[in-house]
Amino acid sequence: MRRLLFIVPVLIFAGVAASFMLGLMREQTASYVPSALIDQPAPEFDLPPVREGADGLATADLTADGVSLVNVFASWCIPCKVEHPLLMKLARDKVVPLHGINWKDRRSDAIAWLDQLGDPFRRIGYDGSGRAGIDWGVYGVPETYVIDREGRIRYKHIGPMSQRVLDDTILPLVRELGK
Amino acid sequence: MIAEIGHFALVLALVVAVIQTVVPLVGAATGRQSLMAVASAGALIQFPLILLAFLALMQAYVTSDFSLVNVVQNSHSLKPLLYKISGVWGNHEGSLVLWVLILALFGSLVALFGGNLPPTLKARALAIQALITVGFLLFMLFTSNPFERAFPPPADGNDLNPLLQDPGLAFHPPMLYVGYVGLSMVFSFAVAALIEGRVDAAWARWVRPWTLTAWIFLTAGIALGSWWAYYELGWGGWWYWDPVENASFMPWLVATALLHSAIVVEKRDALKSWTILLAILAFSMSLMGTFLVRSGVLTSVHAFASDPARGVFILMLLVVAIGGSLALFAWRAPQLRGGGLFAPISREGGLILNNLFLSAAAGTVFLGTLYPLFVEVLGGSKVSVGAPYFNGTFIPLMVPLVAALGIGPLLAWKRGDLRGVLSRLKLAFAVTLAVALLTGVLTWGKSVFGVLGIALAAWLASAMVIELAERIGIRRSKPSSWARRALGLPRAAYGMFFAHLGLAVTIVGITGSTLWQSELIRTMKPGETATIGGFELTLEGVESLRGPNYQAERGRFLVRRDGREIAVLHPEKRRYVVGGQETTEAAIRSRLAGDLFAVIGDADGAGGYTVRLYFKPFLPWIWFGVGFMVLGGLLSLSDRRLRIGAPQKRPRGQGSALLQAAGAE
Repeated sequence: MRRLLFIVPVLIFAGVAASFMLGLMREQTASYVPSALIDQPAPEFDLPPVREGADGLATADLTADGVSLVNVFASWCIPCKVEHPLLMKLARDKVVPLHGINWKDRRSDAIAWLDQLGDPFRRIGYDGSGRAGIDWGVYGVPETYVIDREGRIRYKHIGPMSQRVLDDTILPLVRELGK
Repeated sequence: MIAEIGHFALVLALVVAVIQTVVPLVGAATGRQSLMAVASAGALIQFPLILLAFLALMQAYVTSDFSLVNVVQNSHSLKPLLYKISGVWGNHEGSLVLWVLILALFGSLVALFGGNLPPTLKARALAIQALITVGFLLFMLFTSNPFERAFPPPADGNDLNPLLQDPGLAFHPPMLYVGYVGLSMVFSFAVAALIEGRVDAAWARWVRPWTLTAWIFLTAGIALGSWWAYYELGWGGWWYWDPVENASFMPWLVATALLHSAIVVEKRDALKSWTILLAILAFSMSLMGTFLVRSGVLTSVHAFASDPARGVFILMLLVVAIGGSLALFAWRAPQLRGGGLFAPISREGGLILNNLFLSAAAGTVFLGTLYPLFVEVLGGSKVSVGAPYFNGTFIPLMVPLVAALGIGPLLAWKRGDLRGVLSRLKLAFAVTLAVALLTGVLTWGKSVFGVLGIALAAWLASAMVIELAERIGIRRSKPSSWARRALGLPRAAYGMFFAHLGLAVTIVGITGSTLWQSELIRTMKPGETATIGGFELTLEGVESLRGPNYQAERGRFLVRRDGREIAVLHPEKRRYVVGGQETTEAAIRSRLAGDLFAVIGDADGAGGYTVRLYFKPFLPWIWFGVGFMVLGGLLSLSDRRLRIGAPQKRPRGQGSALLQAAGAE
């Protein structure tokens, strides 16, 4: 019995070493934080419009036309500007409805930004305080969410999108969900 | 050319290390003196070789030789000289050279001063030390070569991270490494003892100074890092329970337990298996820390490098070193038979309790640090473990330990008289009660844990004073003999006194600065005044200035107390030219009663600035306490009895005679 106790340390170490090995084999980096809302329904929200007289964005709007994308953006965000042409192309090609959430911004700044660069969004919700963003788990801009027909969040992309991410991940998922 | 010489020196060192591993082990197994002597010779050759490599790298940094990739990545011609030098170890590859340098240093010290070590033990210990060196040299030469050339060489470098351009942080790694890596020598001795199949008082005697040396440097290194974080990072704290901080704290906890456990082996020939295990675990924690910092497996503000390929190599190192030694332990340790018997209430019992608490503390820190990894690997969800867990588990373990610390040193060996000890400590109880009441009254309304912390510290301090007073004979003999006795006490007695006293002082610092802290975060315009901790701080203005490699916004605070001007504080916000990184330089006014801490942030666009002001009572006591601990360690280390090393050779079977001879000089 006493002998068995002596084996405990090496056994514990074996377990620890195994988890180190598995940790090393992870695909993403340790600092990647996945969304806790994947496969969960999108949060309930009802945001006012950015422009006077335009349409705001609410939960029901996400599923009005089937699968949709929600892009969180702000006028002060440089990477948002970088991905903007891709969003314009998405809107032009009418592949999937694209909605926007204007996060922690000033209405006048957002309007000026959209006027200057173009408006790819079907509907935009204004979230000046960032409260709706908290419910979505937004912790930076830009972020893009894929919403399925039942209003569930199926994918979250953090940071600006690239053509590759669109072609390899997002658009295939959209097509898959649309079937 | 010099870089190539350095590179070649590392390769030569590898060859020597391989020979130093294999030959002495064969010699010790077969009893051939000539083969065993290769161990010392190897160690003495290795150190100059690695030193050569280290100096070659340093030369490249000092002359800003940008034909070396390592220098390009971590240096810049504008950097001040001190940071060019400290840049040598402020990066992954360079710090590995420092690692093996200290491995070789300890090996050569044992080779030089190990005159009266049993030859087989010496040969085996140096062989294991060389084995570890082989592992790290292979790692360096195959994956992390500091001497890699860059072609074509760029005009200038990428600069050292400005956070590291600081005197405190320049010395934090070397000191920490002497601690971390110094534990390798103890590990080697432990593994050698397991191979020999024998652990005795002589072994414990031999191991203690090396453990103590490593412990002293580790204590100082951790405190230096903490102090640096406090004044440089500007978030007001000094300990974050960050994985890498924990990776240095765990070896410290285990080394402290080891230090005390070895006493029992030496004096009573007991607790052998536990001491060997602690010796293996202490260095294992160091190795694990090395893995965590360089593999990217855990997120940390500290992480050096996040390269999974390198991570795999270090993991192999870990499996061989830790797995191998623990397997050897499982196989051989059951054969170690203890000698002395003792009652549960005795000094041995107290030291076992000490072992238990410190090991448990190390265990909870271990669990908390690795928990996110375990959960993710098993289930896939991401969690983070922070201060609430660590504070919630560590502090409740430390409270009974500190309480017991007052009693332990007064207990007799073999069988202690608890009632007698408690009555001798009557004065300590009285002092503790008085201090607790006073503290309660002064801090009425604030956390009750503050009273508990101060009371604990008072208990420990008064118990230590009583212990020393008894030794000097204050109670039982005339005053005229006190001075003579005091001077005649062995230095280790003072070592223990200061080390434990230092703990009490540190507890006061931690309690006061954490529980009674005042904090004020607001925007201030020039001319406005804020009040904190009884001080009035007036922001007089904010000016822009240029440093050697940065631009800064510097605020000027006039500090008044009761209307009288007493100080001016200059907090800064810096922007480094090359990397674009921003740092805050907090302004701190340190006094025994507490620290006044001011940070200036961004301008709000309307003429005001965000400022953070803190008053932290007793904070400098933390550093003083650690200073006492280091002093205590140094006093103990300088004790002649420990430096004499193993006693004269005696025929076997005279266990206690051996101990008596060792005790008398």
